[in-house]
Amino acid sequence: MKEIVLIKLGEIALKGLNRYAFEDALKKNIKSALYGCGYFKVSIAQSTIYVTPQSPVDMDEVCDRISRVFGIVSFTRACVCEKNMDDIFAKAPEYLEDALKYAKTFKVEAKRSDKKFELKSPEICREVGGLLLEKYPHLTVDVHNPDVKVVVEVRDFGAYIHAGNLKGAGGIPVGTGGNAAILISGGIDSPVAAYMMAKRGVKLTAIHFASPPYTSERAEDKVQRLLKKVCRYAGPITMLTVPFTKIQEKIKDECEEELFTIIMRRMMMKISSLIAEKYECAALITGESLGQVASQTIHAIACTDEASDMPVFRPLIGMDKEEIIQISRKIDTFDISIEPFEDCCTVFTPKHPRTRPVLRFVKYAEEDAHLYDLIEEAIENVKITELR
Amino acid sequence: MAEHYLDNSATTRVSESAAKKAYDIMTSEYANPSSLHSFGFCAAKELECAREKVAKTLGADSSEIIFTSGGTEANNLAILGTVEALKRRGNKIITTATEHSSVYDTMLKLQKDGFDVIFIKPDESGNINPLDVINAADEKTILVSIMLTNNETGANYPVKEIFTQIKRRFPQAILHTDAVQAFGKCEIKVAKLSCDLLTVSGHKIHAPKGVGALYVKKGVRLIPRTFGGSQEKKLRTGTESTPLICAFGVACEEIDTEKNIQTAKELNTYLRNKLSTMEGIRVTSPEDASPFVLNFSVLGIRSETMLHHLASKGVYVSSGSACSKGAKSHVLSSMGLSDDIIDSAIRVSFSKFNTLSDCDALIDALTGGMNTLAKR
Repeated sequence: MKEIVLIKLGEIALKGLNRYAFEDALKKNIKSALYGCGYFKVSIAQSTIYVTPQSPVDMDEVCDRISRVFGIVSFTRACVCEKNMDDIFAKAPEYLEDALKYAKTFKVEAKRSDKKFELKSPEICREVGGLLLEKYPHLTVDVHNPDVKVVVEVRDFGAYIHAGNLKGAGGIPVGTGGNAAILISGGIDSPVAAYMMAKRGVKLTAIHFASPPYTSERAEDKVQRLLKKVCRYAGPITMLTVPFTKIQEKIKDECEEELFTIIMRRMMMKISSLIAEKYECAALITGESLGQVASQTIHAIACTDEASDMPVFRPLIGMDKEEIIQISRKIDTFDISIEPFEDCCTVFTPKHPRTRPVLRFVKYAEEDAHLYDLIEEAIENVKITELR
Repeated sequence: MAEHYLDNSATTRVSESAAKKAYDIMTSEYANPSSLHSFGFCAAKELECAREKVAKTLGADSSEIIFTSGGTEANNLAILGTVEALKRRGNKIITTATEHSSVYDTMLKLQKDGFDVIFIKPDESGNINPLDVINAADEKTILVSIMLTNNETGANYPVKEIFTQIKRRFPQAILHTDAVQAFGKCEIKVAKLSCDLLTVSGHKIHAPKGVGALYVKKGVRLIPRTFGGSQEKKLRTGTESTPLICAFGVACEEIDTEKNIQTAKELNTYLRNKLSTMEGIRVTSPEDASPFVLNFSVLGIRSETMLHHLASKGVYVSSGSACSKGAKSHVLSSMGLSDDIIDSAIRVSFSKFNTLSDCDALIDALTGGMNTLAKR
């Protein structure tokens, strides 16, 4: 039996004249998400995207991948019929056999967007309902709370039978919101921040700071695995690994202990904004949440913010750790995030970092440490990894 | 770059003959030892042959050896199996605060279930005072579990003394020892130790990972923890892993304890002498510890940092404890050491394949690291 996925567009349908740009981006993202699953025709008609397999495919896998593409409010996995009642009668009982066999109640819904079709919607319901009752005599009809809903859609190019809509990932298509760079360390927060911005259509580039030998290849591998999880939502990501050892050692040697974290974060912002510019990103994204740690107080954030000219998005700023963890479990990054490897943020952490740093003094300390020469060197030696 | 593997308490290189044995069993004697046909009988004979070899190294009878998937499973079976069998007789269990996590975590679970578990703490040098254990025992005690050699510090615990005393006064108590780190590294005879249960593991003595054994003294009753067949006297059900078990047998046959000790002693003394001349290093292993393990701290440099630095020079060691994000080593903490020492602990462990050049490479890399790595 031939199956197809019908995708209902979300917010996109409300867009004005630039709707096509959004639709094209979504089509491209769907194709990219299905990479390696088989061959598909992806076409659009009547505000619906049709994903038609052109080769034998694993439809469970296809639906799983589509459920993570942003810009989709709901989608359905349906059986394709010819536009006549005989074919619908032939396929309806068989296609939903597994569901109907173990259900007690059901109802039939019909949607007829092709008004030339021989039967009207209520008539389709009656006919199909009657047939199913005949085939599965244990069923009763319940139009309010059915165990199984059988939907018959008659559209321009064909008729489709399915069991109702599945929830999509929501949001808007990745790529339509411009490019931004996510600063990712390996903790719980940054992958969640990346996911949230991707949901608003942002195409991601990832910047990771590595300090070998204080941090290990395992820490970097962990970040790659985290990003691969994010890729399932955000599409392919370019990961840029910045060698950070020399800068950290210099800060450690030259600056006051309590200022270590704040200066380190300023350096990260500075380097990131330069790299972001080079890779055509228009903004930075961080996983900061207000008051979570010493470097995420209002004063500290004000200090780090000043180090970059770009807008900095902090999607988690008002969220509790619990809420962040909930999302990280949903996108399956939590278990990786809690693996215990040292990352660039835990190396040399001072016992009592300054929670109310004063920008003026931080800048003096920073200038005295002569860190700026090292920035260029770090940027030159960035390592590029393509993830998908 | 030359490779200097000094992490033999974590695992060891499989010896050529053990690997070959496993390969032969997998490709030619691959039948199920429970099968009734002659091919299956051949496999069963191989299995029994391996059992005899393991039994012989421990001075046990082959009927007293139960093969498991490794040390962890054997420890779990020993503890949970005994407790299940004796829980009506008493609810007191004695162990140390420095056991391997397969014993320690099991004990924590039993404590949660309501058993009265006594964790004996070591002194600052890492040694256990036998009287602490003996005095803790009473007629309610059903199980005493104490390791022979500690896996982090190499400290040898006075198991023989403790067990003989307790056996005399409270014969009802079952005595278990985790000998994983001592097996092949000191003379072990179950009768002399007067233990009822003893755990050994294959991959610490140049056999493959995934095989170990529990010695169960004749007459000691354990309640199985897994069900589903009649293999291994129903104590460890499921088809036996003949390739790994037979390789384990071969590795046992190859053990030359005397020679192993001699090699380790030579390396240990050499390394200790070198380390003692270096500023900023504190050795935590006791003087009379097993020569196979040496634990020391490079003050001011975190374990993980030093470990990666050493690895970049081809020297492989263990960090004595987890990094700042994870839990601190419960072994070093219970010795009452300061956080600085625990956070910077490094464990070196030897095998028969190590030479003095490995020690020299370690010292070179250590010195280099101490000069270049920033202190915290």
